[in-house]
Amino acid sequence: MPTVSMTVNGKQVSADVSSNTLLVTFIRENLRLTGTHVGCDTSQCGACVVHVNGNSAKSCTMLAVQAEGAEITTIEGLAKGNDLHPMQKSFQENHGLQCGFCTTGMIMSAVDLVNKSDDLDDTSIREGLEGNICRCTGYQNIVKSIQAAAKEMEA
Amino acid sequence: MYEFDYKRPGTIDEVAGLLNDDTVLLAGGQTLIPTLKQRLAQPETLVDLSAIESLRGVCPDGDQLAIGAMTTHAEVANKATIPALASLAGGIGDAQVRNRGTIGGSIANNDPAADYPAAVVGLNAVVNTNRRTIAADDFFTDLFETALEEGEIITNVTFPKPEAAAYIKFDNPASRYAIVGVMVAKTSAGIRVAVTGAGPCVFRQAEMEAALSASFTPQALENIAVSADGLNSDIHASAEYRANLIKVLAKRAVVQING
Repeated sequence: MPTVSMTVNGKQVSADVSSNTLLVTFIRENLRLTGTHVGCDTSQCGACVVHVNGNSAKSCTMLAVQAEGAEITTIEGLAKGNDLHPMQKSFQENHGLQCGFCTTGMIMSAVDLVNKSDDLDDTSIREGLEGNICRCTGYQNIVKSIQAAAKEMEA
Repeated sequence: MYEFDYKRPGTIDEVAGLLNDDTVLLAGGQTLIPTLKQRLAQPETLVDLSAIESLRGVCPDGDQLAIGAMTTHAEVANKATIPALASLAGGIGDAQVRNRGTIGGSIANNDPAADYPAAVVGLNAVVNTNRRTIAADDFFTDLFETALEEGEIITNVTFPKPEAAAYIKFDNPASRYAIVGVMVAKTSAGIRVAVTGAGPCVFRQAEMEAALSASFTPQALENIAVSADGLNSDIHASAEYRANLIKVLAKRAVVQING
């Protein structure tokens, strides 16, 4: 079995995994970081989004071995101690979730979107969320949360 | 997924030495991994190209733009100095797919509904491999088939900068794959019209190219009858609907170019 080493939320981790282990499986089952979800398992829903070297990616469509040497950030890595990331806080304040299943992926995609864009409006946020599906259809408050967090993050 | 071995060599020569009937190249994996999950392929070994730095990057070189095979759609969208190409790359899939998926992986796969084949053929690019240079018109041969031979690895795609170009697609609202996509370009090799999504493989629309060469206006396309023969027909659109879309999208591309 190949050994894979990567940095997850700032910590160096290393494990023997079979080549066909998905990154999301590694994160959830080896590292027990279960904030990253498996929704569709077919790269459509975005519940499994994490950051790979600063770029959002669907961890169900990546092998753990492909992350060799990479810097991974999961939802558990966003908060600083007890201080939630502005995006997390904004989802809480704006009621940006209903059942909560898609939320972690939404937040990870949203952080990447805001980091890389200026002047996000309603349309560009919705376009930016193309890869994330909320089956409660709670998009209104998700968009509102991201708009508010974007202001906070740019400030 | 079936089990497989995984290798990530550091050079193209090492990759070439590993390739045989039972190996598959792994680029961004945005098509290959879902394919493996569905057990539609059973390679013995995956050879990952991601450690080869020379396969990455967008390099403007005079009136050409060379894009490394392992360059992601997101990088092309942000850095390509051909606006129609940047906009095409920015419309592929979603942000997460664009952060992983690569131009080399896309064209080697030659999905009939992929966007890049329209850019490669429409802009008259050349595909460079570890062995040779392949002209766009010779590269895409059939449904999921290309001119690549066993052991041949795409190293980059070189696009001559067009005088003007536009890519318009009618996309599937769920997947963003092209139901039909049309690239119209004014190039040094003349007017080119490349169509993806409509048939089993990207193709040029010669009649439209001739009409636009005579008069570069949407009206010039008005009387061209696009045949539905041989076009794709599925739950998303019938062949007749796709035939109609080819003309509609080509006209929109011309309108966009003419500003």
